Amino acid sequence: MITAQHISKTYKVSKRDAGFSSAFKALFRKEYEYIHALNDVSFTILDGEMVGYIGPNGAGKSSTIKILSGILTPDAGTCRINGLIPWKNRIEHVKNIGVVFGQRTQLWWDVPVLDSFELLKEIYRINTRTYRQNLEQLCHMLNLSELLKTPVRQLSLGQRMRCELAASLLHDPAILFLDEPTIGLDAVSKLAVRDFILKLNKEKHTTVILTTHDMQDIEALTSRIILIGKGKILLDGSIHDIKKGQESTEEALAAFYRSHDI
Amino acid sequence: MRLYGKFFMMHLKSIMEYKTSFFLSCIGQFLVSFNVFLGMYFMFQRFNNVSGFTYEEVLLCFGITLMEFSLAESVARGFDTFDSMVKQGDFDRVLVRPRNEILQVLGSRIEFSRIGRILQAVVMFSYGFAVSSVRWTLGKVLTVLFMLMGGTIVFCGIFLLYASLCFFTIEGLEFVNIFTDGAREYGKYPVCIYGKRVLLFCTFVIPYGLIQYYPLLYLLDRGKPYYCLLPAAASLFFFPCLFFWKLGVRHYTSCGS
Repeated sequence: MITAQHISKTYKVSKRDAGFSSAFKALFRKEYEYIHALNDVSFTILDGEMVGYIGPNGAGKSSTIKILSGILTPDAGTCRINGLIPWKNRIEHVKNIGVVFGQRTQLWWDVPVLDSFELLKEIYRINTRTYRQNLEQLCHMLNLSELLKTPVRQLSLGQRMRCELAASLLHDPAILFLDEPTIGLDAVSKLAVRDFILKLNKEKHTTVILTTHDMQDIEALTSRIILIGKGKILLDGSIHDIKKGQESTEEALAAFYRSHDI
Repeated sequence: MRLYGKFFMMHLKSIMEYKTSFFLSCIGQFLVSFNVFLGMYFMFQRFNNVSGFTYEEVLLCFGITLMEFSLAESVARGFDTFDSMVKQGDFDRVLVRPRNEILQVLGSRIEFSRIGRILQAVVMFSYGFAVSSVRWTLGKVLTVLFMLMGGTIVFCGIFLLYASLCFFTIEGLEFVNIFTDGAREYGKYPVCIYGKRVLLFCTFVIPYGLIQYYPLLYLLDRGKPYYCLLPAAASLFFFPCLFFWKLGVRHYTSCGS
């Protein structure tokens, strides 16, 4: 179970005008601006739930994921995930989670996928039997057997994303964080990824928290959405709460963003 | 340790994809430090001593310092590119894995082309030994081992310090190279030749003197007996560096996307 209470996070960013002279000025005197990425955010997510975490760019989605996965320490607030505080019990906590960053890869560029998997086996100290079992199962579900021997640099984005998913699930995590898992994928790959996530949730009862800008992801995968804007939670419920009449989810969402001026 | 071995194999596999580039950079690495040696050699052709140190003695000093640096570099080079790891957000990945962060950063980059430099260091080290007029005793051999260990730890500490600074700012960190690559270049001569202030700095702030100058005096029968233990004191330098690193990890703010 994930409980987050009153989480706040502020970043200090330096700002300056464009151009050489202001760049030169910034050498000596920097001006800072405080950005409230998260402002009193609270929610609870039960085991086995699938939650879509959505909001416009810069709303604080990634910050939340980073706090939940133990990368960042919030300025205020508490968070417990299966009894552990992510940023304090980092090592214990991350054993039980898988994280996929859609825009980055955790696979090694120049070596076959299987080699990266073997390294993960070592990193997570997975015993050989569990590893074989999981690998076989994931290969079957994601249709990877052809890809395992190919160097990552030769994979297409869709193929790579499937490998990426497998890589983050080899150690049987109870919670999976997906940060824009379908970004840049073609229709076939998107469907494959969605199918897989649904199946995973059903068969292994994995808690899935996903951020995305693709409304079809949301419709296909999650019954619950948490909508965040300017660091605040604006809605915790179903996508149908904001949909009126015949408009598409995309339109409804855009209208919602506009009405909240975010 | 097993994990580090695993990282090592991964880098080996990766590098085998680009053979030519690998050999060329090995040769390059070798030649760069060979250059330093040539500079020293020609200088001693004209002057037969520097602040009372003869060619043979300086050579021994250079051999040992280069060896210390190369050893440190081959383990701790991951820290040297740590700024790009922070900039590109790859450190996030390190943090979501259940292993020590330092081990993972070290494993993230292992440069086999450094083998060129290590080879060079071994050659210099053995040459320095062969021509030196030191009367070797068990104590002195142990002192050399001590120097190598202490020196490797001090250089690793500086690399770690460099990496820790990346948590606070990622601009203008080039100046830290004065203490790494710079120290390698200047370290070919015993630090006392640079004057009293430098020596004081190298004794109490960044303890180069303790891993090079003082134990060298001991080897040459010019120092006090306790000088042979100073490399051990130098390795204490690692603790503040480690503390600084931990502080940095807590301060880490990741980056966009």
